[in-house]
Amino acid sequence: MTDQHVDREVLDALREVMEDSYPDLLDTFLTDSESRLHQLQKTADAKVLAEVAHSFKGSASNMGAVRLATLCQALEADARNKSPAEIVDLVADISSEFADVRPVYEDERQHALTH
Amino acid sequence: MQAQEPLTILIAEDSAADRLLLSTIVRRQGHEVLTAANGAEAVEVFRRQQPHLVLMDAMMPVMDGFEAAQQIKALAGETLVPIIFLTSLTESEALARCLEAGGDDFLAKPYNQVILAAKIKAMDRLRRLQATVLQQRDLIAKHHDYLLNEQRVAKAVFDKVAHSGCLSAPNIRYLQSPYALFNGDLLLAAYTPAGDMHVLLGDFTGHGLPAAVGAMPLAEVFYGMTAKGYGLAETLREMNAKLKRILPVDMFCCATMLCLSFQRRTVEVWNGGMPDGYLHRIASGERVPLSARHLPLGVLSPQAFDDRTEVQTMAVGDRVFLLSDGVIDTTDGDDRLFGVERLQQLFAVNREPDNLFAEIEQALLEFRGEPRDDVSMVEISLLDAAQVMPPAPVYSDSGQSCPLDWSVSFEFRGATLKRFNPLPYLLQLLLEVHGLRTQSGAIYSVLAELYSNALEHGVLGLDSSLKRDAAGFARYYEQRNARLEALQDGYVRVHLQVRPQGTGGCLVIRVEDSGKGFDVARVMERPVDGVRLSGRGVSLIRQLGHNARWSDEGRSACVEFFWEVRA
Repeated sequence: MTDQHVDREVLDALREVMEDSYPDLLDTFLTDSESRLHQLQKTADAKVLAEVAHSFKGSASNMGAVRLATLCQALEADARNKSPAEIVDLVADISSEFADVRPVYEDERQHALTH
Repeated sequence: MQAQEPLTILIAEDSAADRLLLSTIVRRQGHEVLTAANGAEAVEVFRRQQPHLVLMDAMMPVMDGFEAAQQIKALAGETLVPIIFLTSLTESEALARCLEAGGDDFLAKPYNQVILAAKIKAMDRLRRLQATVLQQRDLIAKHHDYLLNEQRVAKAVFDKVAHSGCLSAPNIRYLQSPYALFNGDLLLAAYTPAGDMHVLLGDFTGHGLPAAVGAMPLAEVFYGMTAKGYGLAETLREMNAKLKRILPVDMFCCATMLCLSFQRRTVEVWNGGMPDGYLHRIASGERVPLSARHLPLGVLSPQAFDDRTEVQTMAVGDRVFLLSDGVIDTTDGDDRLFGVERLQQLFAVNREPDNLFAEIEQALLEFRGEPRDDVSMVEISLLDAAQVMPPAPVYSDSGQSCPLDWSVSFEFRGATLKRFNPLPYLLQLLLEVHGLRTQSGAIYSVLAELYSNALEHGVLGLDSSLKRDAAGFARYYEQRNARLEALQDGYVRVHLQVRPQGTGGCLVIRVEDSGKGFDVARVMERPVDGVRLSGRGVSLIRQLGHNARWSDEGRSACVEFFWEVRA
């Protein structure tokens, strides 16, 4: 599960760079992501959708959540052209993907705090 | 490899996680980090803290990265503050937009630490390069101002020295236009005690300040010696010796020097390295070139210096025209020279002599693209002697202790006659008598005439009737130089006597020579006439002095001057 969804090497690099602040980074990412997801679910404005998706894509890629980043890219690229139904579907995919990778980051956080 | 110096880096990124990550990465690389969550905040932080470098997210709320970048660049002004855009934009159009907005580079997400470090290093190198350029520019500007100021000061001093003569005399017209801040050509004019006029047009090697530095000692010699009554030859010899002594080896001064005599209606010329001057005879329209026959001043040692001059006759209204080579060398847009031919053409075409000067000026203006050198022109006309009014010399002593009852005799013999001009010394002596000062011009003229007669016609035996025309003049002066060169024996005696008389006094001058004398009676029969070129200047002596008489078959001449002291 982790191979396609979260790039372990990225996490290793992050852990190495952040050192003691690694848990903070994970926390911030999770919090940010939740609020972005909320925004995506709430809005219908194509411009806002694209901007939020763009931003989400950026952090996701930084944190190694490769599939999440790809989904956000898809939403960002086509928000204007998609029908409301299609948008709802994409957002649902993004939400589901986030739900899948979330435990990975929580685990990392737990692991870093206790070691 | 050189270690990167720590910088202050501003990170503008709206995603909190990304901002945290990037700050940590950058801090670990040794830099100080400032953060902002949107464009407006970024501009504000920049304004307050002046970071060295900015990492700017392209998409941000409130104010996006592009707008913020433009504002920051404007605030930075001349200083280079590199801006690296953080972007996951992939379209080339969007990337190009980053550059247009003033971005200097990109960093793609996900952030790669190695690439980031390399980019920061490269941008810092550029930043420091720009800082160096600005610093050097400011240094150069300051230096330039300093040099200009030095030149201004030099100009002020130079103007005082170079223009303190009688250039404003009515018979002189001149034009000087500077190539740089000031014209380094030297134009000097001064009256001699006899009322003659000395003029010098000089052109030092180079131009501007270095050229003008040599001008000041030269001008001092010119004014000093002219005022004392020294002739052209002696003054030139002294100027040459001075320049030879003080100037560096590769510097010298081309010069044309003239002595214009209104009394005798002649011009004596010495040209060392200057372009041809021209003597314009109005009556015949002829223009006699006054060519350079000598090397410039400051080249030859005093022993080798040639002070021989050329003498030409002039009529009232005739003019001498001198120019510096800046005129000939003036180039137009196609690099063609104005040249001597064009000048000659202007001479040929000119109808009204009074307008020639202005015509040349106009032609130069029309022709000229690029001035290549200082341009100087001067035109000196011969006025009637009566119209010439040299200013009265100013003395500084009070006269309480001047000698009023004395006499002195000199005998100048062969070897001395060849090389020594006693006139300036004799004049200085006579000027100790205050009462004589108002007549110094007349006294000097008479003394000079008596002495030259005694030497040339008496001792050297030259025939004064040779001086009846221009060609004869040239022959006369050739003979004079030759005979003087060969002189062994002979003498000229000068006796001066000052006696009080009434409320003033009387000066008696007697000059004797060892020559053959002349037929006094015949010369006396001629009417007193100021126009004749030849004759023993007898007319002049009789006009300017009192009781002029000749004895000892013409070998002895005597003349008197009187003065009254008004209460």
